[in-house]
Amino acid sequence: MTAKEERSAGTMTITGNLDTPKAKIDWTKPVLWLFAACLVVLIVLPLSWLAIYSVTDKAHHFTLQNFVTLFTDPDFLDPLLTTAIIAISSAVICCAVAAPMGWLVSRTDMPGRQFIRALVTASFVTPPFLGAVAWELLAAPNSGLLNQLFRFVTGAEADEHLFDIYSMTGIIFVISCYTFPFVFVLVANSLDNMPGELEDASAILGGKAWTTARRVTIPLALPALVAGALIAFLQAMTLFGSPAILALPAGFHTMTTKIWSLFQYPPKLELAAAAAVPLLLLTIALLQAQKFILGRRGYSVVGGKYGAPRRVEMKQWRWAALAFCLVVLLNPVFLPYFALFNAAFSPNATTLVTPSTFTLHNIVFVFTELSSTQLAIKNTVILGTATATIGTMLALVIAYVTTRRVIPGSRILGFLATAPVAVPGIVLGVGLFLSYTRPPFVLYGTLWILLIAFLTINLPSAYQQLQAAFATIHPELEDASRILGATRLQSLLRITAPLLRTGVIATWCFIFIGVMRELSAAIVLFTSQTKVISVLIYDLNESGDLAAISVLGIAMLIITFAVVLAVNRIPMFGANASARLRNG
Amino acid sequence: MGNQQAGVMRKPKPSRREILKGATALALGTVFASPARAEAPPPEAITPQLIDAAKREATVVLYSAMDLPVGEKLGKAFETQYPGIKVQIERAGSERLFQRIDQEFAANIRAADVVSSADASHFIPWKRNGWLAPFVTDDIARHFPAQYRDPDGMFATTRLWLSSIAYNTGLVKPEDAPAGYADLLGPKWTGKMVKGHPAYSGTIMSTTFQLVRELGWEYFEKLSKQRVMQVQSSTDPPKKLALGERAVMADGNEYNIVLLKEAGQPVEPVYPSEGTPTISGPTGIFVNAPHPNAAKLFQAWLHTRETQQFLTDFTAQYSVHAQVQSKPGRRKLSDTKLMKEDPAGVEKMTEEIKTRYARLFRV
Repeated sequence: MTAKEERSAGTMTITGNLDTPKAKIDWTKPVLWLFAACLVVLIVLPLSWLAIYSVTDKAHHFTLQNFVTLFTDPDFLDPLLTTAIIAISSAVICCAVAAPMGWLVSRTDMPGRQFIRALVTASFVTPPFLGAVAWELLAAPNSGLLNQLFRFVTGAEADEHLFDIYSMTGIIFVISCYTFPFVFVLVANSLDNMPGELEDASAILGGKAWTTARRVTIPLALPALVAGALIAFLQAMTLFGSPAILALPAGFHTMTTKIWSLFQYPPKLELAAAAAVPLLLLTIALLQAQKFILGRRGYSVVGGKYGAPRRVEMKQWRWAALAFCLVVLLNPVFLPYFALFNAAFSPNATTLVTPSTFTLHNIVFVFTELSSTQLAIKNTVILGTATATIGTMLALVIAYVTTRRVIPGSRILGFLATAPVAVPGIVLGVGLFLSYTRPPFVLYGTLWILLIAFLTINLPSAYQQLQAAFATIHPELEDASRILGATRLQSLLRITAPLLRTGVIATWCFIFIGVMRELSAAIVLFTSQTKVISVLIYDLNESGDLAAISVLGIAMLIITFAVVLAVNRIPMFGANASARLRNG
Repeated sequence: MGNQQAGVMRKPKPSRREILKGATALALGTVFASPARAEAPPPEAITPQLIDAAKREATVVLYSAMDLPVGEKLGKAFETQYPGIKVQIERAGSERLFQRIDQEFAANIRAADVVSSADASHFIPWKRNGWLAPFVTDDIARHFPAQYRDPDGMFATTRLWLSSIAYNTGLVKPEDAPAGYADLLGPKWTGKMVKGHPAYSGTIMSTTFQLVRELGWEYFEKLSKQRVMQVQSSTDPPKKLALGERAVMADGNEYNIVLLKEAGQPVEPVYPSEGTPTISGPTGIFVNAPHPNAAKLFQAWLHTRETQQFLTDFTAQYSVHAQVQSKPGRRKLSDTKLMKEDPAGVEKMTEEIKTRYARLFRV
């Protein structure tokens, strides 16, 4: 919170203080070095422990046996293959759905575009494990609401079903439902920012609509799509939440559930660490491939005063397009929330609630009888707020350092800030557990270790977002401030940060939501006093208390929306910030 | 996972559990039934001093494997009797609890006051490690049979329950229902069963041990080909059964089935012709409990005749307290052919069960 006040204060004093240079000591370098040091500790410490553990045996001798086991034992090869299939399929599905939707919302006159964007946000806010539980309620082969409907409509036998969520297809489907927002946001943003002049130029030169699309729009949107596909792939590969709920009943392991099973007593942390290495290497290879594909072609689209892009007129297809978007959004939003609300007020989680069966019993149970509810909610909100605030500041400074190349080694910092994306949360949990259960940092059992975990996990996306935001702001504004005598730190706080308001606030919300969604590291690092909602939901799923999960899940979403809305309404910071930015 | 664990066992690298086992020249079989070594502390009563001291601590943290709504019911009963002391229940499958307690103790974290596991074998290493505090109440000393209390006063068996078969009455007619484990292997039930997992649930760990002992691994080899829906906790199969997600429960808590049936859900227990696996759930206090007096008060209260009667009446489990009456209309333990439990045997076989089970069921 102090960071925000500081920044808003900075905003207010821009005009007042610019002409009175007063900096005697430039704290820029020490502060930046401090942030850099924090980052190095944050990332390098757990990754080093993972690296060490992956090549040692129980007796702490060097061995490569862990890797031999990993690549010869079918118990590991099968999950590896399963994970590959899930990740590739999810990435393809996400792109196939999100790219047209992004285009419709950004570049056409389809009705309800803002509404569709809001709904995509709703599906992004839904934690994947909650979505998986909701889809259990909907599409479990026998008790699922959709299968009941199917049997009711067709009069099919008791055993027949239309959907089976406990299957590979089921898991791919659920993962895609809660991964496609990543692709959608990237594609839609890139299309939003695309200058209309380029397309106009193509049209003026006689290009037909399709030619313009093929030669101008699609190539310009390509980087976003490639990045989106990559993110979807990585998300699906490292996701623990949905497989944790669905893979066991489906009768197979993914890499992440396999790693989780290595924690069963006696824990085999060496193998867990080794199992992370292929995921890590694959990620790095993919990130390199992305650079190679996009090559050195320039894609900068924000350069001067461009007009807003033209909207394609859909004419009679407008409503069909809207219908398409709504049908897609049935899957991550409408149906799951319907199932969760139904279960929350029903005596039996998969029976349709009627006025006569309507019950508040589940809500009473969760809020008055379940003894860990309050603690978990409190911990989650504290962690969400703290992680979002610290994470935004950290990402802001790192993005500044890397875009403006302020200190030597800034490239390495950029790499470090992106590195956690390659580490599945559950593996990072192991690394953090290994790092922070021994001196000098004994943090296990406190909220600090969870804060560090959530910070590390959310840093890559926060950094990417703010770096992209920095790239759109020309350094000349900062230079002006510095010529007038401000230090780098002062110009960062007073000039750049206020200009980045929208980016900063989006990043803050993004991290907060990320904390609410996070299960994989928390499941390794929590203790009874540091429980968070996601872990509580996982425990409730273990014992099959689906109605209680529905109540908690809904409560969790209400909290998330309330916080995100509140943050967006902070005066001078969120509300109308973009308008202010454009006018100023 | 299977091969890896097998690898661990092949190599001369014993697990922590095995090292501990070797370190103590204790005849494991006698841990539960040897009054000869008894050096339990003198029994204590619930005194006003204890209540006051507990109220000053204000909280008791219970690590429990009991079904959550059932456990919270118990917690609320304690809170009603001793206002001002909050019961915080940490529920997870016993095997997960065991791993977490190990992890927390290794990191020097003392969060748990009282532990009530569904895998009695866990108390063997805990006691050996010196993690448990001796505490005996009048009720435990006078009314609990010797085989259901630790001779050194480290724990007492709070509850007994069964892991039975059951079916959904909406999906299966009584005359078609399986009568025992052998029936579950027929083609009739392929793809129609749900069961818990021994690597998560203590109840299922003990159940698996008893079934392997009585029926051999062949039973599980055949069962694993029946496309059984696998869930984690032994509290989940009854709920999946009630939802109608599967027609038959191959293992899981009988008490959940009884409670669901009494609440009008379409479930019916089956007490297998081969015998029904019996599970005992001991409770003990940790030696470095953060709330030692509240822990003692809770442990004392938990084993009073009143609480044991409450446990019997409202959670449909069985008490070994000599003065507790079974609830009229409920089945008595003596009416059922039981399989014998053997915590020491479970402790020796835990690793093998996890490994072979994971290999058979592929999860």
